[in-house]
Amino acid sequence: MSATRPLPQAIDETKPYWDAARAGKLLVQKCSSCGTYQFYPRSYCIACMSDKVSWVEASGKGMIYTFTINHRPANEYMKDKVPYAVAAIDLDEGVRLLANIVESDLKAIKCGARVQVVFEKVTDEITLPQFKLAGSALSQS
Amino acid sequence: MNDWETGRTMAAKPRVAIVGAAESDLGKTPGRTALQLQAQAARLAVMEAGLTFKDIDGVFAHTEGVFPSLLMTEYLGIKAKYADSTSAGGLSNCSHIVHAMGAIEAGLCSVALITYGSTQASDASRKLGGVADDPRSPRSQFVTPYGQMTPLGYYAMAAQRHMHQYGTRPEQLAEVAVSARKWAQLNPRAYRREPLTIEEVLSSPMIAEPLHVRDCCLVTDGGGALVVTSVDRSKSLKKKPVYVTGAAENQSHQFTPFAVKDWLDTGLAATAQRAMQMAGVTHKDIDVVQIYDHFTSGVIQALEELGFCKRGEGGAFVTGGHIAPGGTFPMNTSGGGLSYGHPGMFGIFLIIEAVRQLRGECGERQVKDAEIALCQGASVVFSGHTTLVLQRG
Ligand SMILES: [Zn+2]
Repeated sequence: MSATRPLPQAIDETKPYWDAARAGKLLVQKCSSCGTYQFYPRSYCIACMSDKVSWVEASGKGMIYTFTINHRPANEYMKDKVPYAVAAIDLDEGVRLLANIVESDLKAIKCGARVQVVFEKVTDEITLPQFKLAGSALSQS
Repeated sequence: MNDWETGRTMAAKPRVAIVGAAESDLGKTPGRTALQLQAQAARLAVMEAGLTFKDIDGVFAHTEGVFPSLLMTEYLGIKAKYADSTSAGGLSNCSHIVHAMGAIEAGLCSVALITYGSTQASDASRKLGGVADDPRSPRSQFVTPYGQMTPLGYYAMAAQRHMHQYGTRPEQLAEVAVSARKWAQLNPRAYRREPLTIEEVLSSPMIAEPLHVRDCCLVTDGGGALVVTSVDRSKSLKKKPVYVTGAAENQSHQFTPFAVKDWLDTGLAATAQRAMQMAGVTHKDIDVVQIYDHFTSGVIQALEELGFCKRGEGGAFVTGGHIAPGGTFPMNTSGGGLSYGHPGMFGIFLIIEAVRQLRGECGERQVKDAEIALCQGASVVFSGHTTLVLQRG
């Protein structure tokens, strides 16, 4: 029996993010008062404390700030996935988040490489935003 | 000279001192509990100072369980007027020094006992990350699903970035581990003392690129304790005091360092500047350094952030035996977390080794005429920093 993947449980302030991911959209928060983008989602803007934060659809484009290739799994579920890449992605909107680099040649992953969001459906409830190298010709196998 | 001429802030007179420092049994201690280990170390540290538990009125404890200060007061029969269970990763006991300093100076307690204990090795409990905690937490929502090892994955990523920007090489990381092992060979208490070569580090299994098994700290059992009191009180005690002349800490995040823009400039420098300014010292005044060596790459980065070398030059700095015994930069003289031992959190052991160096108790590994030491405590995923400057009393 394969292990189950540790999955997020949305709360009120993150529900729009996970709902959008399920619909194939990457949302980030933008403050309506001061214009600051923030990630992860919070109940208010931590730059100016305004509670007028809105959700905007991100371009889905960004750059790999840095990454690692895991040769040991972080948990039981990831055992089948090694080696796998985890990267810190800087979205063009200016926020940083973590994701796997999927559908890409692991050897081609570099700091500074351009990436594009893709969506990995895990359950009916949860779809994870993931990234692939921009222009990557690899198809998912 | 006044501070206008030197450009330095005059140091404040030291007001607190470390008067007791001890470890418990180390390595593998099957059948013992973390509580037993820290209680064992506490007894040794208090006796070393020539005190009893009745003299202790401040308790600062850090373990993995809940309410550690309460547990220590109960087990040791201490009536604490001041207690602190600050739990912020590996630096916790270093921060306890900062907090004890504040409490003693404010007159809230007079003799502080700081403890730590872990049976991580015997329990086989080091968690690689991705372990289920509250699935609603920021980590569970935005990190764990991606199989990031914590803290290892983040330090691997920082190392990758360092290599990308500065051309740092795996063999330079390996040299940190090899240097630590050479110090450990001079320390009878160190857990791993067999020879280690750069080739052996590089051929050990890869965990998360670019970090191999031998780039990572050990998993051991162990406990430690420190006794801190006022400089005035320290003068009448059994051991020669070690003054805390500089102390500074900061904290910025837990498991999601998304707001830290530069993962090679993580906030450590600010604590180093504040602590050194408080102590009235510059880099050249420091005789021995204890850096939190969770990962070899972290040492290279810390040397840069602390200002012992320029940014990007850490790889070259550790090369050629510079930080090994016989080199010109004595650091991690116990063998560090990489070879002496790493029972989950290493902070207290950095301080114990610094105290022993400043007392001249280190035998073969003694740094000659060590008068001033710097300790750097690290936390979780560069989540916080503590820098201490200690001086022979
Ligand atoms: Zn705002």
